[in-house]
Amino acid sequence: MSDPVIELRGVSKAFGDNVVLDSVDLSVRRGEVMVILGGSGSGKSVSLRHMNGLTHPDSGEVFVDGLEISRLAEEELVPVRKKVGMLFQMGALFDSMTVFENVAFALWEHTKMTDADVAARVAEVLGFVNLGPDVLPLLPSSLSGGMKKRVSLARTIALKPDVLLYDEPTTGLDPVTAMTINRLIVDLNTRLATTSVVVTHDIASALFVADRIAFLERGRFTFVGSPDEARRSDIAALRAFLAAEETGTRETTAP
Amino acid sequence: MPEILPAEASLGPFWTLPRLRRWFRKVFSHLGGLGLLAGSLVREGRKRWEGGEILRQMDALGVQSIAVANLTCLFTGMVLALQTAYALEQFGGKLVIGRAVILSLTRELGPVLTALMLAARCGAGITAELGTMAVTEQVDALRALGTSPIRKLVLPRVVALTVMLPVLTLIAIFHGMLGGLIIAAFEIKIGAGFYLSTTLQALSVNDLMHGLCKTPVFGLEIALIGCYNGLGATGGADGVGRATTIAVVAASITILITDFFLTKLFIALPIG
Repeated sequence: MSDPVIELRGVSKAFGDNVVLDSVDLSVRRGEVMVILGGSGSGKSVSLRHMNGLTHPDSGEVFVDGLEISRLAEEELVPVRKKVGMLFQMGALFDSMTVFENVAFALWEHTKMTDADVAARVAEVLGFVNLGPDVLPLLPSSLSGGMKKRVSLARTIALKPDVLLYDEPTTGLDPVTAMTINRLIVDLNTRLATTSVVVTHDIASALFVADRIAFLERGRFTFVGSPDEARRSDIAALRAFLAAEETGTRETTAP
Repeated sequence: MPEILPAEASLGPFWTLPRLRRWFRKVFSHLGGLGLLAGSLVREGRKRWEGGEILRQMDALGVQSIAVANLTCLFTGMVLALQTAYALEQFGGKLVIGRAVILSLTRELGPVLTALMLAARCGAGITAELGTMAVTEQVDALRALGTSPIRKLVLPRVVALTVMLPVLTLIAIFHGMLGGLIIAAFEIKIGAGFYLSTTLQALSVNDLMHGLCKTPVFGLEIALIGCYNGLGATGGADGVGRATTIAVVAASITILITDFFLTKLFIALPIG
């Protein structure tokens, strides 16, 4: 349960003069849902993109299942990326392909499955995200935001990854749909026996799905612990973050 | 954009040193990026090719461009016939119209005009499509799914345009010749038969090869520049728009510059 699947060690990343990550350490344990929480532009997504090698650190090391991936070339990262699936903020579905082709994409690329097996697997993973066969021939442009996310999630889990990375999974969704996605994250994590890393600034979502929360503030993780510990924390920025959710009414925020 | 303007303005007119330095830095980083892309294209090209996607791109970039290329050369042939007749009137210009039209079209105008039209049509299309994919994270999604965007996106487009541009040029040259024929027969009235016979007399394999051998290079340039700018697009619609403009301008200028050097090279070699 406690051996780390993903580990960032002393990872720094800057874009021009803008230091986004300043020598951060983080270790994600097998089977947990780790939430990376932070304000907009705090480097959450950048830290997530290090975990499957989409972004390479300026310095420091990234371990996935004990393998150091920060210096690997694109071809060498392929086995890592099959193991670590990623859900993008806007879904990033291939808009020239139908839902079926999107979900089947990785299966066609990486497996020698027959057409019948691919179709069965696509139906199965769409079932995991509560979508029926009626969406198969649709193009992404005709799907709602929540459905796009679910199809994208189905595409991500088609290859049976060990780790799922979620980049702002609830951003831009109405509260009900957001809650559906939250339930899916928790549900899939147990059902597929995966490890999940969720980047979000949605505090309700974070508290719902998290086993542990890592709080990113000015390029550093200033807090890592359970949601309960987060509530009791005396770190000002984290308290402000949690309080914004509970007391963010017009009366209390008026100057 | 507004926040860029004051900095640009403070650098003074175009010919001042800081501006020139900046311009050169931009051009060289563009060239360097293109070189890197070409390198990874060669590496990927040695592995698997996406046959179906290449055919799809040959249709989208090649077959669908036939009308544009043909129209361009049809009217160019017509104008060439008119201008030749006018310019060489005193020297019996009417008799050499066929020769003048076919020589200009095969050696120079057919290849270059077709390439320029495709730089506009396909170069812009490629950059806009790949640019939109880049800013909506679809390119990252390809990478995250363990696939190479170079193999999936760049290679099919480069192969398709490199193969299709010579074919398009050949068809377009034929239409240019037809344009000349129309003017020769109906406007200048030297007779279609005479025009055709002078054309066929003047048409040589050497001239045709001279023109057609340039076109794969142009096709490669258009696709590579389009893909490079598309994949590098950042920052939403604004970024895609800017990348598209740069791609079309860069591809057009590159075509004209390489045309000069290829012409020099081919004249030095036995090819025309």
